[in-house]
Amino acid sequence: MTTNQAINESGLTPTTAVQEDNSLGLSPTMAALKRARSHYGLKIGLGILLVMAIFALFAPWLAPHDPYMQNLPMRMLPPVWGEGGQWQYLLGTDHLGRDYLSRLIYGARISMTIGIGAATVGMIIGVTLGLIAGYYGGWLDQAVNFLVTCQLAVPSLLLIMALVFVIGQSVTVVIFVIGATHWVFYLVVTRSATLRLREMDFVAAAHAMGCSKFQIAVKEVLPNLANQIMVIFTLEVAVAILNEATLSFLGLGIPSPIPSWGLMIAEGKQAMFFQPWLVVLPGIALFVLVIAINLLGDGVRDVTVTNRRN
Amino acid sequence: MLTFILRRGLMAILVALTVSFGTFALFHYATDPAQTIAGEDAPQEMVDEIRKQYGFDRPAAVQYFDWLGSALTGDFGESYFWKQPVVQLIVDHAPVTITLALASLCVTVLIALPLGISAALKPNSWVDRFALSTAVSAQAIPNFWLGLMLIILLAVTFPIFPVSGDATWRHFVLPSLVLGASSVPAVMRLTRTGLLDVLSSDYIRTARAKGFTGYRLIVQQAMRNALLPIVSVLAVQLGNKLGGSVVTESVFSMNGLGRLAVESIFNSDIPTVQSLILIFVLTFVLLTLAADLINAWLDPRIRMG
Amino acid sequence: MGTDMSGASILDIQNLAVEIPTDSSTLRAVRNISLELKRGQTLGIVGESGSGKSMTALALMNLLPPAAKRSAACINFDGADLTHATEQELASKIRGQRIGMIFQEPMTSLNPVYSIGRQLRETMTLHRKVSDADAQKRAIYLLEKVGLPDPASRLKQYPHELSGGQRQRVMIAMALMNEPELLIADEPTTALDVTIQAQILHLLQDLQKEFGMSMILITHDLGVVSRAADQIAVMYAGDIVESGKTADVLKNPRHPYTQGLLECIPGYQGAARKRLGAIPGIVPSMTGRISGCAFASRCPRAADVCKTDTPPTRELHPGRYFVCHEPEANAVEKAGAPDLAGVHARPFSGQPVLTVENVSIRFSVRRGLFGKRRPLQALDNVSLTLNKGEVLALVGESGCGKTTLTRSIMGLQQPDTGSVTLNGRHIGQLPPMERARMIQPIFQDPYSSLNPRKTIGEIITKPLAVHKLGARQEQREKARRMMELVGLPLRVFNSYPDQLSGGQRQRAAIARALVLNPEVIICDEPTSALDVSVQAQILNLLLDLRDELDLTYLFVTHDLSVVQHMADRVAVMYLGEIVECGNRDQVMSAPKHPYTHALMNSALSISPGESIPDPGLSGDFPNPMNRPSGCPFHPRCPIANQQCREQAPGPEIIDNTLVQCWKAKTAGSQLKS
Repeated sequence: MTTNQAINESGLTPTTAVQEDNSLGLSPTMAALKRARSHYGLKIGLGILLVMAIFALFAPWLAPHDPYMQNLPMRMLPPVWGEGGQWQYLLGTDHLGRDYLSRLIYGARISMTIGIGAATVGMIIGVTLGLIAGYYGGWLDQAVNFLVTCQLAVPSLLLIMALVFVIGQSVTVVIFVIGATHWVFYLVVTRSATLRLREMDFVAAAHAMGCSKFQIAVKEVLPNLANQIMVIFTLEVAVAILNEATLSFLGLGIPSPIPSWGLMIAEGKQAMFFQPWLVVLPGIALFVLVIAINLLGDGVRDVTVTNRRN
Repeated sequence: MLTFILRRGLMAILVALTVSFGTFALFHYATDPAQTIAGEDAPQEMVDEIRKQYGFDRPAAVQYFDWLGSALTGDFGESYFWKQPVVQLIVDHAPVTITLALASLCVTVLIALPLGISAALKPNSWVDRFALSTAVSAQAIPNFWLGLMLIILLAVTFPIFPVSGDATWRHFVLPSLVLGASSVPAVMRLTRTGLLDVLSSDYIRTARAKGFTGYRLIVQQAMRNALLPIVSVLAVQLGNKLGGSVVTESVFSMNGLGRLAVESIFNSDIPTVQSLILIFVLTFVLLTLAADLINAWLDPRIRMG
Repeated sequence: MGTDMSGASILDIQNLAVEIPTDSSTLRAVRNISLELKRGQTLGIVGESGSGKSMTALALMNLLPPAAKRSAACINFDGADLTHATEQELASKIRGQRIGMIFQEPMTSLNPVYSIGRQLRETMTLHRKVSDADAQKRAIYLLEKVGLPDPASRLKQYPHELSGGQRQRVMIAMALMNEPELLIADEPTTALDVTIQAQILHLLQDLQKEFGMSMILITHDLGVVSRAADQIAVMYAGDIVESGKTADVLKNPRHPYTQGLLECIPGYQGAARKRLGAIPGIVPSMTGRISGCAFASRCPRAADVCKTDTPPTRELHPGRYFVCHEPEANAVEKAGAPDLAGVHARPFSGQPVLTVENVSIRFSVRRGLFGKRRPLQALDNVSLTLNKGEVLALVGESGCGKTTLTRSIMGLQQPDTGSVTLNGRHIGQLPPMERARMIQPIFQDPYSSLNPRKTIGEIITKPLAVHKLGARQEQREKARRMMELVGLPLRVFNSYPDQLSGGQRQRAAIARALVLNPEVIICDEPTSALDVSVQAQILNLLLDLRDELDLTYLFVTHDLSVVQHMADRVAVMYLGEIVECGNRDQVMSAPKHPYTHALMNSALSISPGESIPDPGLSGDFPNPMNRPSGCPFHPRCPIANQQCREQAPGPEIIDNTLVQCWKAKTAGSQLKS
């Protein structure tokens, strides 16, 4: 950070300085990959995420039990290291005797589906509105800005809960409702980047060669937003996952008996003074998943942001 | 300055109106209040009777302006579920939430500002790294889960604080910590980058060339500029804390507006939900307005428009 | 570097180095330089971007960015040792008190949240036991000195209420609050318009004499330094390559870099339209050690020894040094010198290709959502003809409407009234595609004109793809031919703009503009973002291309030496009007409009020994939102009278030159006296 600042202040960008006339620097993608290789946060985040993604994708093969199968005689078993734990149930069982490990593995599926789904819905809304507001400006921009002010003013969790309650509880509804209330970040970044890019000379050059406004917005401006949008996307996936967990915890998200980590915490809460692992384990799973996504997002940002002039 | 206040005030009113209309429309078209009041199994005639009696058969716009008109005079209607005036409900539940929000804001400020400032003053030092990893972790911890963990640790294993309720100040310690922690990452990061930006600015270089250094440089030259984004983010966070109280109050079983909102939603108590959302929006809008005014006072560029 | 016998030295620097550690290596911004400044004199430090000149200035008082490391054998300032002084000592005894400093960016160098008065006063109260009232008095006195009218009320204003020129005046006043013995000015006028630049430099010169200060002037502009400095040090890649008395160095340069640099300046050596000398290649990497001479890779006379051994410092005579292996280096007998013979002089047909007739454009500017709309007259009745094959230079200061005019010429901005015709066809009615094949732009900033997400090949073929000209393979072939034409190596075809140098990027932008074979090219300040050695390459290229492809240029610029070099005719703009338009020599050597006169006066050609002229303009460039009544130039005009204040003059043709001035016939003689 400071080094970069120092270099910027010195007026010597490393790229121009390093270049020899007959040897080119790295292309942006290669440079980003090179930086990525020495970025610990990004590597750790990506590693954890890959492992969890594999579990989520191959849950039917990797989970030892059916996550919905109740086995009342075996209820409330502690994890294998606890007193009375059984190897058959590595992480114990819940109040209905369902295998906790299997439910956790399937829970990763739910969390990731909802995280990616909701972040995609938000991205579509936010980027479209941001491009329109930033590129076309005028009254459209003001209208979009007003919409943002309204969205920010509403307590979003309350709104989500009300919406889910009114529309009905299901995975799809949760995805769309969370997505529809999490587009402001995309919009703000897209809009300001578009405003900046709109004034760039390559946009004027495209006008001068006869391109239409729509062509320019999609082919010249949008590719330049890709990196920033990717960063926001990862961070919004994390936010959506936490939101879903909160909703399910409050009983207004994923309906029972689907194994959502938030719901599992809510169910475990009844017994948390005596069987704390019922609450601790899904919480740790959530924490690890979200921190991995955030590390990845921060890493992608560090790696793709270049010291470019302007 | 006066036109600035007027302009911002007008905007605030517009936002509050739009949002309240939005929530009204949502409930109007998605639920049947008559059915709710009558109960699930009530006969059709009874539902129709109630619909007529309460005026639910009138056009939506008429009902909205009717409700808005009463709301402006301080009459938010009567709760379908609790069967008492919504105003009374809000007045009863507000103190807990307000106390919680303010206490948790103090927690946020006391953790985030010192961390953010010291991180910015010594970038890449161990303080900076500690601050950043705190932010990354705090961002990833599910807020309700943090509450449960604190209960297990500080109320059950080591019974220092009560598990739930809102009777004494001791009841507010854990909830304030939980709710305060949720805003720490955002406020800390913003403080850090804001101050870093200011410190690397041209005018700070000018100030150094004039002979400013050390605390004088920070306090007399940089602070005022660095405060601008912090004021805005604190207002937004305080507003969010009102909404965030939904979770915290549920975890700690506190009788505040958040829990009232959750229960009203569960019971389709439209007048209460709608009034609560309006109150939250108005508070948020007023808070950001206040932040804008403070910033206008701090920064002549905003003041002079 | 050593000592001179005459005069006492106020500043003596020995072996100053600045290093900035980066993630992978160390950036050596300044490499062991030594300098000396005598009391009351001005030392000019010249160099292109990245040469380390600003770092040198910041290093003196240790104002470097936190990551940078400074080392020096000795920095002796009038008996005070600045090498080992602590931050506390520097802050309390030196900075702002004995050494004042002015920076390049007046727009961002003042604290936006405090009033001018507070910022001026605190400079004094911080260091001296004076009352606020006394500091206030001093502030008012200095604001008056730096030429700000009504200083007492200025003190209550905030930076954003002042223009760039006014802010730089405040910066100067601030630096002078404690009567410093040394003033360091780091590119003090680079961000300002030409006439304001001359005003500020003139002011600095006067103040220096009056207060008996010594000064270090850091600049990339050899014209500025030639007039303002007694001594000069030329920096290249973090090193001082040549130093001595200004006139001596500029008239008799010894280092091949200095020689090359001077040949790059349009209008300094040889007549207009001669090929400029250009230094090939780019500055070497600043990271790591440089073996041998840093300039060797670009030097026309480099021998084997230059690439291996560090060149020695040679003393020509006391106080006159250069660093080169060649002992008798001399500009006259250089080998492989650029071809100065290729004179671009060519008759042109004179057929008009582009006509701008009575174009007016008025914007309505609104601030904020509920703000009042206010009119802004961007163009007022502008008429202009561009003849086939000529270069018409459009000159004016920022905010004069140049950009709006070029946008309307390219059909990107509809005029409210009037018309633009291209080859007899109305530009508004031309389909965008057809228009694009006739007229293409080249922009100022090569970092903004190329899409960073596209390869050079994609960028150059894009116009062909948009116009669906030829198959993909043919398009790529054509793009390759274009790259050869503009001197871009073919291997950058698949590279991204970030991988290219500024000069290469500008070549790519030119290739893109030419690929549709347009007749007219709008060059919008195509070289003002480039270093002077790269500027020379691009100007040469543009003139070559014009001959080869029979192009017509509308050349927008603020640099009068470029105008002198490139233009056949010149049009001068002021506040949305063309105030004078005619043949280059007529306009430049015998200007008829008082504004043109002032503009020409402000042009600082390299003339050692001459002083900075006073452009003779009062006040700043006015805000286009508040256009003055009558002749828009009257508030700044030295010869304005009642008529000028009340009535706007119409265009008039005098000696083949179009002028808009009531006193055009007599202005020339009136202004000279």
